[in-house]
Amino acid sequence: MRKALSVGRKEVRQILRDRRTLLILLFVPAFFLVIYGYALSWDIRHIKMAVQDQDHSTASRSLVSSFLNSGYFDFAADAQSDADITRLMNEGDVRVVLVIPAGLSRDLELGRTVPIQILLNGDNANTATTVMGYALTIVQTESMNYRLVAGTRTTPPLSVESRVWYNPQLRSALFLVPGLIAYIVMITSVVSTAVSIVREKERGTMEQVRMAPIDAASFVVGKTLPYFVISLLSAVAIVLVAMVMFGLPMRGSWLLLLVTTSLYLVGALGLGLFISSLAETQQVAFQIALLASFLPTLMLSGFIFPIASMPAFLRGVTYLVPARYFLIALRGIVLKGVGLSILWEPLLTMSAYSAAVMILASVRLRRQWS
Amino acid sequence: MNAITVKELTRRFGEFVAVDHVSFEVRRGEIFGFLGSNGAGKSTTIRMLCGLLKPTSGTAIVDAVDVGADPEGVKSRIGYMSQRFSLYEQLTVDENIRFFGGIYGLSGAQLARRRDFAIEMAGLRGRERTRTGDLAGGWRQRLALGCAILHEPRIVFLDEPTGGVDPLSRRQFWTLIDQLSESGVTVLVTTHYLDEAEHCHRLAIIHAGKIAAIGSTAELKQVFANRQILEIQSTNPVEAMRILDSMPDVEKTSIFGTAVHAVVNSRERSATDSLKERLSDAHVEVTAMVPVQPSLEDVFLDVVTAAA
Repeated sequence: MRKALSVGRKEVRQILRDRRTLLILLFVPAFFLVIYGYALSWDIRHIKMAVQDQDHSTASRSLVSSFLNSGYFDFAADAQSDADITRLMNEGDVRVVLVIPAGLSRDLELGRTVPIQILLNGDNANTATTVMGYALTIVQTESMNYRLVAGTRTTPPLSVESRVWYNPQLRSALFLVPGLIAYIVMITSVVSTAVSIVREKERGTMEQVRMAPIDAASFVVGKTLPYFVISLLSAVAIVLVAMVMFGLPMRGSWLLLLVTTSLYLVGALGLGLFISSLAETQQVAFQIALLASFLPTLMLSGFIFPIASMPAFLRGVTYLVPARYFLIALRGIVLKGVGLSILWEPLLTMSAYSAAVMILASVRLRRQWS
Repeated sequence: MNAITVKELTRRFGEFVAVDHVSFEVRRGEIFGFLGSNGAGKSTTIRMLCGLLKPTSGTAIVDAVDVGADPEGVKSRIGYMSQRFSLYEQLTVDENIRFFGGIYGLSGAQLARRRDFAIEMAGLRGRERTRTGDLAGGWRQRLALGCAILHEPRIVFLDEPTGGVDPLSRRQFWTLIDQLSESGVTVLVTTHYLDEAEHCHRLAIIHAGKIAAIGSTAELKQVFANRQILEIQSTNPVEAMRILDSMPDVEKTSIFGTAVHAVVNSRERSATDSLKERLSDAHVEVTAMVPVQPSLEDVFLDVVTAAA
């Protein structure tokens, strides 16, 4: 037992002196507790809703108000035409469209059942089901008001016709696969690039290579190119496998898919390069790379936890997470078949991010090279 | 025209002066040794000469290139082998050669020719497909040297190239260095193995960032011109040492094997006689007392203690 204590004492001393591990052991659980407790939840709030009110009556306005007063829905836009609806759904901000048919008021007075259309944006299968549930409850509650007025009825005054766009069966695979691609590609690219360069530093082979008349750019490009190709191929492979095994649709252009994924990859590789300029050992490089890629991509990209439900400051942070834009673009291409006219915004943001990260990384690496 | 000319080369790291106004010259085809203990400034000096580190002040001209002004220009003219042999362990012998050949811009017939040369030199014919990590120390060492000279540099820097390698391999390695030197290549070696330092044409002893002594081994041994080193075999070496230390004529003593080496500050017979007297007075039986040639180790210890 004494000998065990001897070893234990030495271990404690080592832990106390290894500030990085200490930080991870103490800080990270506390961090997660706060994040999970306050910020991340599966409650859906601030659901952006568009309304196509074809009746413009007191009754229709009352129905819309009941949605907006519920605390779950935010008014996003007035959809004048069907083309409007299509555009809003394609852009992806709007999660649900409420379509109130003309003649609502009149039909209610006549005792007829009025079908209210709820169109759900199925690019996020998780939330669609919940949103559907909220909508149903709200309509039913509103429906109760008319029941008393009309006297005895056999059918409820308001009925719900719902349709889920892009993913009618709400299959989660269709929602998860783009997220998985973003997640896997990010982690493998960032970690492998960061660790690979730091490994050369650690082993001394980088110093030997620096002795040769080769510039930093050639070295870095040569090192990252294989990872770029491998990651791109694996992203394509995931899509293909998902198409075959899970029936993932591919409604958009493959070229756009490749371009989007490449842009995302350049950002991920750039992040890996930047991290490699910070770390001296492979272990540290791995830890930083994991933290910088794994956590934000899993939690803050909209992959699992809906961004709209996050508190304001976290929502702000998500603007810095490249996976957020990649997911919008990827889902748009795969599930909705949209093109550049809609996707230019996320693509532009990804380009800006990739460029910024690459510039930062190259400045640091060049300085360390010479 | 010298291969390397160094004038007042200095490198500071904050307050710490790693290399302190060092000046020396290396002639073409010479094997020049840098001798010093760990932390004396050998590696820092070499890295400045290779263009890896910028000097704080002073100049270094390597193969007619001012390294401070044009660190890139020097890279294609020099070869460098580090203490760690810096080879890629997962690559085969052949793959390592091809890689290093590639980053020096070698290709085609020239690469093939130099590849064959390196393999022959390292004695790795027939083992080209062996994983480098599976080679024993001596083979890796020779392979590292081969990879360092693929581009036929005129000057080669070797930073502690024989660390952790068995004596036989070390001797083979020095044969290769001799051959390089004979072919006109200038070799600058850092080492803390004194027996290897004897191999060099000229040596510089570095201590605390300064050059404490410089010259051929014969020239260096001149520090003992007016002194002599006596080797004393006795029945009680420890006691003998204690007594000798107390004598004014004896500068220092050390144990060499079973004998005691004493540095006596004069060559006179009277000095040796008085030593014998004192020892026999103390009942220490002396079986032999002969003057010996100073070794490089004696020179090194003497120079370093004088510098401190």
